[in-house]
Formats: sequence, structure tokens, C-alpha cells
Amino acid sequence: MNAPSAVELRDATMRFGTRTLFERLDLAVAPGEFLAVLGPNGAGKTTLLNVLLGLTHLTSGHVAINGASPRRGSHDIGYVPQQRAFDADLPIRARDLVRFGVEGHRFGVPFVTRATRRRVDAAIAAVDAGAYADAAVGLLSGGEQQRLRLAQALVGDPPVLLCDEPLLSLDVAHQATVSRLIDERRRVQNIAVVFVTHEINPILPYVDRVLYLVGGRSAVGSPSEVLTSERLSALYGTPIDVLDVRGRIIVIGSDEVAPTEPHGDPHHVHGHVHDHGHEAHPWQ
Amino acid sequence: MAVSLYLDQPFAQHALFAAGFVALTCGLISPFVVTRGMAFAVHGTSELAFTGAAAGLVIADNALGGALVGALVFALVIGALGVRERERDSTIGVVLAFGLGMGVLLLSHYHGFATAATNILFGNIFGISVDQLYGLVAIGAVVLLAIALLFRPLLFASIDPEVARARGLPVRGLGIVFLVVVAFTVTEAAQIVGTLLVLSLAITPAAAAQRYSPNPLVVTALSVAFALAAAIGGVLASLASSTVKPTVFVTSISFGLYLLARAIGPLVMRRGRTRSAAP
Repeated sequence: MNAPSAVELRDATMRFGTRTLFERLDLAVAPGEFLAVLGPNGAGKTTLLNVLLGLTHLTSGHVAINGASPRRGSHDIGYVPQQRAFDADLPIRARDLVRFGVEGHRFGVPFVTRATRRRVDAAIAAVDAGAYADAAVGLLSGGEQQRLRLAQALVGDPPVLLCDEPLLSLDVAHQATVSRLIDERRRVQNIAVVFVTHEINPILPYVDRVLYLVGGRSAVGSPSEVLTSERLSALYGTPIDVLDVRGRIIVIGSDEVAPTEPHGDPHHVHGHVHDHGHEAHPWQ
Repeated sequence: MAVSLYLDQPFAQHALFAAGFVALTCGLISPFVVTRGMAFAVHGTSELAFTGAAAGLVIADNALGGALVGALVFALVIGALGVRERERDSTIGVVLAFGLGMGVLLLSHYHGFATAATNILFGNIFGISVDQLYGLVAIGAVVLLAIALLFRPLLFASIDPEVARARGLPVRGLGIVFLVVVAFTVTEAAQIVGTLLVLSLAITPAAAAQRYSPNPLVVTALSVAFALAAAIGGVLASLASSTVKPTVFVTSISFGLYLLARAIGPLVMRRGRTRSAAP
């Protein structure tokens, strides 16, 4: 028996009513492995993350994080969401955002210990964000914010990092630096990364394997195995062309057939410009 | 007339004590109210405290108890109905308008002193009895305890609800608990500034404080300080003038502190960036 998987799904099925998001999915992500989860909007990528976070339960099958059942608020998981706008006068500094990763969930009087401060400083230094650690979060660029999100997710030194579209609404340069940082941290801290994205190209150099979800069907394998015209055409059930243009992968034909969902528009599998509406409200 | 002449009078001592306690609780919740964009919810809660107070007067001649019930009912209705922020605002508007209508109806059935009604709307801090003072302290203690316990998770859930939810925090539940805390605070503050002007202690202090610093603890401390300055200063100024109601001074001082913060805040605020970093 090898070392236990960081993330394990066995015979996992997820249905909402009559709609199947994925069926009999088998997947094990090893410590230090980088898994990209691809697929059109509504294919179940975010639902899969919610299953791993313990916020949603599988219809059937087995799921384990670091050998144990997922549970809400587990310290085995770091979570990086997509970037969103913060108001400029929001009373929160970069280091406060990172500190949430240590004690944001703790009830009781907010007394900052020296040990916590050291951990927060170390996490900020690890993503090279020390220069703006005391700046208001609302004044930082999208890329700077995502570095801090990464620091927040990793400050507890979790074995698993879940990313939900963390590059969305960043420009190309920021996408590249944040991707590189995630790769660097998973190597240094031996973290299993599950990275949900519409856009494979910024992370393509780092991805070990791909999970592709389409309309209840799924494919798992290395990028070069899964991202081919044959595999994707079979997955979508319609002709799909995968082009490799100077190392960038472009998927053509998936837009028209992307299954529409009650909450989602058909979305580009290959993201050009994601003009993404922010769900950016600190209250809900 | 000299203020010192009044300071050994019980009514003035009660007023100052109540003002200080109310300012402390308002100053503490104010940063969360501002961060969560809940100005309208606070206004709605205080208006429904008016309806509750009117009902309390008619039924049991107890305005404070009625106000607390009214504010709590409103907070729970808003918590249950308005999930999304835009939806929440219209829900507040709908319930608030109806509730005020009911308040007017109830007052038309009240045959006590007419000033009892205006006291609810504009505050009556110089008419506070010892029993009322105990009531205020009890309500304030609940608020202080709640904020001390909830500070971190509430801040997390207010700033970053999506990640807070992923980290297992009951984001929706925290929101509802905070609405209840707001209801308690608003009921208390209405005794001083009246239900119509609660925002001057529940919004303005933090709105001013966050112009000076992005540090949440500093903002909270400043917010409490500004609320104290407005409430205590307002009571003292009113004693000195002896004709103008404290409400006028409380709102004016509060507004003055806000204008000052807008003017000099940007000069004081440290940007906290040591060098312009690469992306």
C-alpha cells in the first residue's frame, strides 16, 4: 500500500434530481500532485469542490481527504476563490486577510498572539507580499489580492489546496505569476492541488493530470492524453477540435454544445476575455 | 448656565451613564454595520422599534420593552426573508413602510402624554429612570458579550463570505445573529437619539473611523471613541444650553467628526505599502 492519497474519490456519483453531474468517478490525487478540473459551466466542477469541502454530500460513493471523510472547516484544506473587488475603504489590511486563515473561524476575544503573527508573516513572505502587508486590501491589484488569498489558504499548512477559478479576471501577467506561485508552494509544502478552471493555458506547464467533466461524463489523465480532439469529441458527443498553438491549447467547438444549467450560461471552455460579473459583496 | 450645576443631579448622571453605555455598544457594532452595508437595515430596525414602542405604550405602558420586541421581530423577518443584498433592501423597504403605518395607527389609540410619542422618535435621555437604566445596562451587556465572542468570525464572514463558508463558518447564521445584536443596540440607542436618528451613532462613527486606518481593531477603537464623544458631548452640550435637545448635539457632533475624518483622514491614513511590488 502506498502513502494515502490526499484526495480520494471512489465510485463517486453526484445527481441533482434527474441531472447527473458525474457518475462512478474514481480519482486519487497524491500529495504534491497538481490536478486541473476542466469542463463547461454547470458541469459540476464547483460542486465537486463543495463535496471535498464537506459542504455537499455525494449522491453515492466514497470521498476522503487525507484519509478521512470531508468535514466543514477542516484544517486539511486550504481554499482559494476567484478574485473579487473589495471596497477601497473596507477596514481590512492584507495581513488581516491572511490571519483569517489562522483564526478567522475562532470565537472569542480577538487577541493576536506572537505565534500567530509569526505564522502570518511567514505566509506573507512565502508569496512575496511583504511589501504591502499593511496596506488596505481594497487598494491592492487583483494579482496582489490573489497572492494574499494563497497565503491565507496555506498559512495553516494544509495537505490539500482547492482553487476555484483563482485566475479569473486577472490579466495575463498576473495569471502567470499566481500560477507559478501555486506550483512553487505545492512543491515546497508537498500539497495536493485541485484547481478548477475554464482556462488551462496559464497552468499547463504545472498540471500533472486533468479531470474533464462534461454533462455527466468524465475523463481523467495527463493533459496530453485528455486534451485531444478524439477524447473531447467522445466526451462532448460532438466534433471538437483541440489545437496546439505554440504550446497553448485551444479547444474549438465546445461553446455551442456546452450543456446549459439552471444557473449557468454556456461558457467558453477556452477562456478569452472573462468579463466576469463580480459577486462582490461582503455581506450575503 | 454652568454644566457643573447639573452634574450632581440624578437625571443628569443617569443621562451621562446611559449615553456612555449606548455609545460603547453602538461604536462596537458600527464597523460591522458599515462593512456589511447594513445602513438601511439599521434604519429599518429602529423604525420598527418605534412601532414596537407604540404598541408597548398602548398595551402595557412600556415603551422600551415594546421597542425591543419590535426591533427583534423585524431583525428576524429580514434575516429570514432577505438573503441577497438587493433583495434584502427591498424587503426592508416593504416591511418598514407597513410597520411605520402600524406605528401611526397605534399612537392614535394611545391616550397618554403626547410627548411619549415624540420621545420615541427623537429620544428622551433626560427622562431615564433607574429601572430603565438597569434595562439599558442589561441590553448593553448582551451586545458587548456577543461582539466579544463573535468579533473574528463575524469580521471574516462580513469581509469574505465565500471563503468563510468554505472554511465551515455558518455565514448565514452569523448574519442573523448580528441582526439580533443590531436590534438590541438600536433599541438601546433609540432612548438617547430617538429611532429616527439612530444612524448617527450606529453608522457615522465607523464611517468616520475607517477614513483614518485600514486596521480593523484601530477602526473599532476609533469608532467607539467617536460614538462616546458624540453621545457624552451631546448630553453635556445640551445641559449647557438647557433649551436644545441632546439629540441635536449628538447628531451634530457625530456629523462634525465625520466631516473632519473626510478632510484629514486621507492625510493621516498610511497606505501601508513599502515599495511598489511586481504583480
